[in-house]
Amino acid sequence: MLDESLAYKVSAVHRLEPRARIIASMFLSFGTALSHRFDILGLYFIVSAALVFTASLSWHEVWGRLKPLLWFVVMIWIFLPLSFEGEIIWQYGWVKVSFAGVRLCMEITLKSVTILLVFTALVATMTVATIGYGLHRLNFPEKLTFLLLMTYRYIYVIRDEYHRLLRAARFRGFVPKTNLHSYRTFAYLAGMLFVRASFRAQRVYRAMVCRGFRGRFRTLDVYRLNGIDYLFIILCTLCAGILLLFEYYRIFL
Amino acid sequence: MNATPCIIKLSHISFAYPGSDVDVLNNLDLTLCQGEKIGLIAPNGSGKTTLFHTIMGLSQPRQGTIELLGKPMRTPKDFEAIRTQIGLLFQDADDQLFCPTVLDDVAFGPLNLGFSKEEAKNTALETIHELGLSGIRDSVTHRLSGGQKRLVALAAVLAMRPKALLLDEPTAGLDMDVKETLINILNSLDISMMIISHEFDFIHEVTHKIYSMENGKILTDEEVHVHQHEHVHRHGRHPHKH
Repeated sequence: MLDESLAYKVSAVHRLEPRARIIASMFLSFGTALSHRFDILGLYFIVSAALVFTASLSWHEVWGRLKPLLWFVVMIWIFLPLSFEGEIIWQYGWVKVSFAGVRLCMEITLKSVTILLVFTALVATMTVATIGYGLHRLNFPEKLTFLLLMTYRYIYVIRDEYHRLLRAARFRGFVPKTNLHSYRTFAYLAGMLFVRASFRAQRVYRAMVCRGFRGRFRTLDVYRLNGIDYLFIILCTLCAGILLLFEYYRIFL
Repeated sequence: MNATPCIIKLSHISFAYPGSDVDVLNNLDLTLCQGEKIGLIAPNGSGKTTLFHTIMGLSQPRQGTIELLGKPMRTPKDFEAIRTQIGLLFQDADDQLFCPTVLDDVAFGPLNLGFSKEEAKNTALETIHELGLSGIRDSVTHRLSGGQKRLVALAAVLAMRPKALLLDEPTAGLDMDVKETLINILNSLDISMMIISHEFDFIHEVTHKIYSMENGKILTDEEVHVHQHEHVHRHGRHPHKH
């Protein structure tokens, strides 16, 4: 995830402007989340799969992104059908599986997989810097955008610091065990990490002030929206809008 | 007769960290005039970094006056206006490079100076080119090597076209090649600078004067006799006379 491997590919999706991709992914995922009919969810799924295909991602990579979600989905499949009330479709002793529960599980599974596919195809194919740029240009709150970028930038520095501290502890014979000494050592490490991170933050801020920072961020325009980007935004928005209308007015295909 | 204008003038500066009675800077006087290149060699903990931070207004001295570019600095606002004209290179380049890409980072200063996006980009590109970094222009800053980070941090400072440079241990952790590049760059610059370093050879190559610090005070050329010699002979580590 942190290595942004999906961002360094070449495809039609990668050529799209960041703003276009963020807007499209937002509309498509909201549309998916607001739908309840399986025929419409099926269409959203097809759209998301088409986007993944266009982004020329391998199934292996997509599966890697889906795996954590599937664990969550498995948990839902275990608990929901058993605990949901309604028409019973299968019974063994006191174990009752309800139709409504199974239907809800299928809906959740389809929705979450679809939304994740949309995000994998459109958002995960950008570097965090590009996402930050897109959010900034979309007038997303500056502080939040900046928080995202700074977190991403310094998480490496803090990770390296953590490894340095842990290595220093190991070189002095520290082997983590289930005892108070180990817990205390880890608490010291965590504490030291906080101290260092806060000093780091202070130095970074000072360096920014030295370069004339006065609380407002200005960025270079690296990307420009072109015709294809507008077309893509319109297509995705229309797709989500029309399908929502179908759902709302109970129009069947 | 007009004397050479001074860029930095500190008089009777004293500074102590909160909660400490020891003055890190003790009644210190220092001037850096137009065209001067001063090296500062002193032991760890002698207050060199604090000195730089005091000049930039990042640390408030307990007493004394600071004059930058001929103007007295009294309030934080005074520093705000002048700070961008003096470039401070931090000890750790990671503190300085926080933008996503090299180009973004180098353009950060010019954008803050109120340049238009186009101007800022051009200034940044020009500086990147001057420092021979065109090849890594679009690289992500945190993935660069230590040497590259240092040069990008220097580019970020130089892009603001400062009137003076303060370099805090610019050679720490660099290999010979990058050090050589850095020496060439610094020698090609026609601005005043003050450099903190532990490396005598480096300081000797890029500065005209060498100062030291002791007990919170600056010792100037006349008082400093820095020298270094290396020799090899068969006595090895055993005590011996020359």
